[in-house]
Amino acid sequence: MADKVLMKGNEALAEAAIQAGCHHFFGYPITPQTELAAYMAKRMPKIGGTYLQAESEIAAINMVLGASAAGVRAMTSSSSPGISLKGEGISYMAGSDLPALIINVQRGGPGLGGIQPSQADYWQATKALGHGDFQVLVFAPSTVQEMVDLVQGAFDMADKYRMPAMILADGMLGQMMEPVVLPEKSEKEPIAKPWASCGHKGEREHNIVNSLYLTPNALENLVKERYERYETIKKNEQMAEEYLTEDAELILVAYGASSRVAKGAVNKAREKGLKVGLIRPITLWPFPTDAIKRAASHAKALLTVEMSMGQMVDDVKLACEQKLPVHFYGRTGGIIPTPKEILAEIERLMA
Amino acid sequence: MDVVFKKPHALTDAPLHYCPGCTHGIVHRLVAEVLDELGVEGKAVGVASVGCSVMSYNYFGCDMVQAPHGRAQAVATGLRRALPDGVIFTYQGDGDLAAIGTAETVHAATRGENITVIFINNAIYGMTGGQMAPTSLPNQITQTTPYGRDVNSAGFPVRVCEMLSTLDGVALAQRVTVDSVKNVKIAKAAIKKAFQNQIEGKGYSIVEVLSTCPTNWGLSPVDALQWLRDNMIPYYPLGVYKDADKRDNMKGDKE
Repeated sequence: MADKVLMKGNEALAEAAIQAGCHHFFGYPITPQTELAAYMAKRMPKIGGTYLQAESEIAAINMVLGASAAGVRAMTSSSSPGISLKGEGISYMAGSDLPALIINVQRGGPGLGGIQPSQADYWQATKALGHGDFQVLVFAPSTVQEMVDLVQGAFDMADKYRMPAMILADGMLGQMMEPVVLPEKSEKEPIAKPWASCGHKGEREHNIVNSLYLTPNALENLVKERYERYETIKKNEQMAEEYLTEDAELILVAYGASSRVAKGAVNKAREKGLKVGLIRPITLWPFPTDAIKRAASHAKALLTVEMSMGQMVDDVKLACEQKLPVHFYGRTGGIIPTPKEILAEIERLMA
Repeated sequence: MDVVFKKPHALTDAPLHYCPGCTHGIVHRLVAEVLDELGVEGKAVGVASVGCSVMSYNYFGCDMVQAPHGRAQAVATGLRRALPDGVIFTYQGDGDLAAIGTAETVHAATRGENITVIFINNAIYGMTGGQMAPTSLPNQITQTTPYGRDVNSAGFPVRVCEMLSTLDGVALAQRVTVDSVKNVKIAKAAIKKAFQNQIEGKGYSIVEVLSTCPTNWGLSPVDALQWLRDNMIPYYPLGVYKDADKRDNMKGDKE
């Protein structure tokens, strides 16, 4: 078994991407994701890969678009304000059925906001990364190890379903150091990409990677085909951790950094004899509705805990079909809730 | 019977959608002839931009990628880095390259990104119906400068080749036009050199082609060519602004 090493989340993400066969990174400096780009700048030249510091986030995502269109694994990373700038390119990639990995190490917003950890880009990631009818795969790790573990799968699923994937981390996960076991270099044969614009060598018709469809019927048909793919993903790719949910009367729903605090609060509540559990979405899109539905069949209430003003609440309400009350506790602006605060909310709700 | 004239292989059979008298067709043909002559269609990837030439992806026979507005050279950079042996080119208009895509243009050039840029400057936004372009001339009447481009409020036109010629990464910056047989020949030689530079790894090459837009200029094709000669060429003089093969004056003496 591979040894454990102590790594920052941002660096672990970068190394995992390299091990997953990504040799093309395009980025632009922004706190708190900087270590990721710096790690890539150090590693890529050693393995014959590309690290390129672009002139803007917009240019970086479009470099990813170009590299992905050529058929290679490509990625970019940024933090909240930078992701807003990447929205255009992400929409074009979704509209051109291009895979890629985009990492958002979230910070507070809106605007320049702050540089402390936040989860206020949930809506952006899951509902509106750019214009048009589209989704991207969204993964929400809660430990440095999980950041590493999700990267390979994110690339594989992006390739398989031909769509961008996002790892939605936050400044806490990006900056914290934890022991991790790094993955072995992937031995998997990369998926064939017969659609790639990489030079036809006189052996086939020319490939066109494009998102322009001026005929409404053609565009509608294409979007509908994409949504059939999305339905398959919703059915097959939901991921969530269910923790002490079986007998729980109150179930917390939290992802990423806030789920770590929520888990601590659940443990404290259990010590006090309160029947409390936690559902931790690992995929935010597709949202783990099945896990929420299971919880709704026996719990009495749900409590979402977020580092935002409650952007996930609507998804939880829809998933449980409003069969039970959905409460919310959150902090925003870069503040991480404490286990004590969450425990107090649990006790208030269960009193 | 001998074939004395035929379509270049690197142009598809798709009918061009350009307006009568538009010079896009000539430039498309020149690019395709160069791809044929250099034998690189099979490893070429072109980047179509947003504007009248957006559908050039249907016309060039090589692999193509359509980029977001202004981002063609960033997309080409991604292709360049992913395909070390590829021949990568962009085909962009003035709005795409010199307004919304200025940052991408300047930085691809200063990186010396080993790509070929074909830049169509017709001093107007054609596709959206004739608005002021970054290269519209002072006093030029467009849909959004109905009283003529007032440089006091709308600013001055951008001279792209002059601007880029100051950057060390640029191997070739040349302005041509296609208003006559002689100039078409010069344009083709420039385009060929711009591709040859890339094949030889010399860095960023841009060929700016002064072009006509009879539809949005409100002129006949013949009058449009005359308007180009009378108005555009004086403001945008034809010529080689930088050729790394021939002069080194921008890099200082030590190199």
